[in-house]
Amino acid sequence: MANDKDVNYNIYISGVGGQGIIKTSVIIGEAAMLEGYDVVMSEIHGMSQRGGSVSTELKIGNFKSSIVEESKADLILAFEPIEVLRGLDKANKDTTIIFNTFPIVPSTLTQTGETYPEIEDIIKNLKDNFESVYPLEANGLAKDAGSILSLNMVLLGACVANDDFPLSKETVETAMKHNLAPKFHEMNLKAIENGYNAVKDSM
Amino acid sequence: MAYDQLVTSEKGEKLFLLGNEAAVRGAIEAGVSVAATYPGTPSSEIGNILSVVAKSAEMYFEFSANEKVAMEVAATAAASGLRSFTFMKHVGLNVAADSFMTTAYSGVKGGMIVLVADDPSLFSSQNEQDTRNYSRLSSIPILEPSNPQEIKDMMVYGFDLSEHFGIPVILRTSTRVSHMRGIVEMGDINKTKSTTKESEKDGHWLKGYFVKNPKEFVPVPANALTMHERLVEKIEKIEEESNGAEINEVISFEKGILQGKYGVISSGGAFNYAYDIVSQENLGMDILKIGLSYPCPKDLIYDFCKNLEGVFIVEEVDPVLERDVLAILGEHNLDCPVYGKFDGTFPMVHEFNPDIVKESFNKVLCDIDDDEKFTEEIRNEYGEDALHDLEDGLIEIIPKMEFSDGLNDLIENVPTRAPTLCAGCSHRSAYFAAVQAYEELGYAKEDMIFASDIGCYTLGISPPYETADYLLAMGSSVGDGCGFSIATNQHVMSFIGDSTFFHSGLSPLVNAVHNKNKFVLTILDNRITAMTGGQPNPGIAVDGMGDPAPAISIEDIVEAIGVKFMKIVNPHNIKKTVDIYKEALEYDGVAVVIARYPCTLIKGQKKKAPMVIKDNCVKCLHCIEKLACPAISYLDGKVIVDEALCKSCTVCIQVCPNKAIGVKKGD
Repeated sequence: MANDKDVNYNIYISGVGGQGIIKTSVIIGEAAMLEGYDVVMSEIHGMSQRGGSVSTELKIGNFKSSIVEESKADLILAFEPIEVLRGLDKANKDTTIIFNTFPIVPSTLTQTGETYPEIEDIIKNLKDNFESVYPLEANGLAKDAGSILSLNMVLLGACVANDDFPLSKETVETAMKHNLAPKFHEMNLKAIENGYNAVKDSM
Repeated sequence: MAYDQLVTSEKGEKLFLLGNEAAVRGAIEAGVSVAATYPGTPSSEIGNILSVVAKSAEMYFEFSANEKVAMEVAATAAASGLRSFTFMKHVGLNVAADSFMTTAYSGVKGGMIVLVADDPSLFSSQNEQDTRNYSRLSSIPILEPSNPQEIKDMMVYGFDLSEHFGIPVILRTSTRVSHMRGIVEMGDINKTKSTTKESEKDGHWLKGYFVKNPKEFVPVPANALTMHERLVEKIEKIEEESNGAEINEVISFEKGILQGKYGVISSGGAFNYAYDIVSQENLGMDILKIGLSYPCPKDLIYDFCKNLEGVFIVEEVDPVLERDVLAILGEHNLDCPVYGKFDGTFPMVHEFNPDIVKESFNKVLCDIDDDEKFTEEIRNEYGEDALHDLEDGLIEIIPKMEFSDGLNDLIENVPTRAPTLCAGCSHRSAYFAAVQAYEELGYAKEDMIFASDIGCYTLGISPPYETADYLLAMGSSVGDGCGFSIATNQHVMSFIGDSTFFHSGLSPLVNAVHNKNKFVLTILDNRITAMTGGQPNPGIAVDGMGDPAPAISIEDIVEAIGVKFMKIVNPHNIKKTVDIYKEALEYDGVAVVIARYPCTLIKGQKKKAPMVIKDNCVKCLHCIEKLACPAISYLDGKVIVDEALCKSCTVCIQVCPNKAIGVKKGD
């Protein structure tokens, strides 16, 4: 299972049930396998899928446990802006943070009396604390690729653009093709490209 | 990955598999002929996959009415010489326990595996019971895989073990192992075999042959006495196997500061954390990884501990291994301190993670620099610097990053995003109508008792419905209704889903009618087992392998049991449902309301025009506060409908006091 390159890379992915988070994580995991790394991943099913927060964790390299330790995430990828905030226990100052700026406002706000924060406020505060923060208008980039359903591949493309990400775009694309229906390959390749370019352009 | 790859992949191929997918491959490699389950997270995906691949894998598969039936289907298949597989969540084994306990006595001819998925930290369960206690209770061997590869491999090993010793075997996973993905290398697929008498294959699966032997299979007291003696003999033999089994292995590291001084004994998902911490922090402690933990490998554990100055026991959830280790050390009068749960080193509850294991190790290791002989050795081997590290515990804990006040403020106030009933869910409508009915009757909220059950509808616990006051287990809402109705003069409403009713609602309903109880039972019939991902149940005209099957009628059952008040209603018709509930609440006896409307997650339903908020909305927020549909929200001073989420159930139109919601016209 060993790869010549000695890589230990921890990814924390979060969002809302139904956004394609698990599929994205499986594609990353399979791409890691294709590149010869060992990889483990944790996902939570069940109750959390009824509109609740969903997260997965991936550890590429010499790990047996699939849970990312506190402060040890190399990459946090959030499909929704406030879901970034829930994952910051895993962050350190060098953690790369990529997130979709389109909010999914919890329907329970009125009951709980909570308020949804301003997106600009989230972006500003993250940039104050971390070096590598990439807010993306991923919904728009997905629609441009052909459908909002390609949102997860936009965000995956964004991950690949980050220099520390250990997997190549080609392998990620191959793994995508293994996991998504052929009739959507073209759209999803464009989505990966859109996400990739969005991050590259902002570097 | 397409599921058929689990059937077609050849030896040596590698797939990135979920633990539950690996279990399916294991069953296929082991040549299982009969599989049965009742769905329960975290084991549900096994059934979902088998329902797709059973035929190509030459396997019979069913979603049984409950876990006890699944256990009986598997036990009889194994008694007939076939390899059989049943799987369930941890609390499912409680349901199956009565039959399960006796399978140990009667034993098996073909191999039989009972996969039980525990749920430490309760991701989707009502308790975090530890199945390893059941293995001790029943005298049934238990395997504890730590990752998907081991799940697959131990399935194959477990079937051989089961068949060799003629006893069922438990394969215990946990949420983090069942829902872990990892790289799995495929093994050979064994051709299905029958170990008794070969029979003609008349379906897509092999048939076995049951050879009568009442002394072996009928536990009347005279027989059961001998059966128990035979069981004890079997367990003694399997203990020898356990001491030598490859899956009970010592993992050693080349070097590390605690090498030879301390050791770790661990199993299952907890092993992963122990391994990562020992290896990353260069602790060098040997780890005894226990794969077959009952019967306990006593000699192996003794040999492992005898030269150690202390041993850590890393396990989830109960101190089961720890109790075994303490007994072995006591038997040998061995002075080796045990650091586990009893002494408070590790938490007694919930799942672990690497951080918890790290902190727990440190509780013991922080005192280690008092040991002069040890510090001298460290100084010689690693230099003076290593000793400075010891001051705050042996393992360096990196302080968490300090965030700016602004970011901390955002984190503290991040809105909750709890699971909710889906937009358009008929359970919401039933709850809304139930609440409105008791309010219109002038009943006080405190006088209402809502007995809930296991399913999506348990989410009725949340405001604004608050229709879950008491809950024990699958089917308990009906029995709880019986109890509350005789114990109090309060108004009792029980809610149970269709699948849960078939699972364990029938007997208590018989009880309720016979004992002249008075309560309202709603059967929330959404035509599917929704919570676990949409499996069919006996009320649906399709079986576990996708073939047509007789659908069992809930109303016929209710009627046959002798319920005199029974109404069937589409709960999305709010007025009608409220009226029925008012009548039911005033009825002197058992009143059954079948609230029937398909789950919105069932595929192939037509998308109709969404709702829209009209200009005459006065922002009374009645819809938001009383209905709480996730498709309706109040943002920036406006009530809005999320068209993508809206399922066009029209309930919001019916509840709006100002007629300010309508169906969107055009497009």
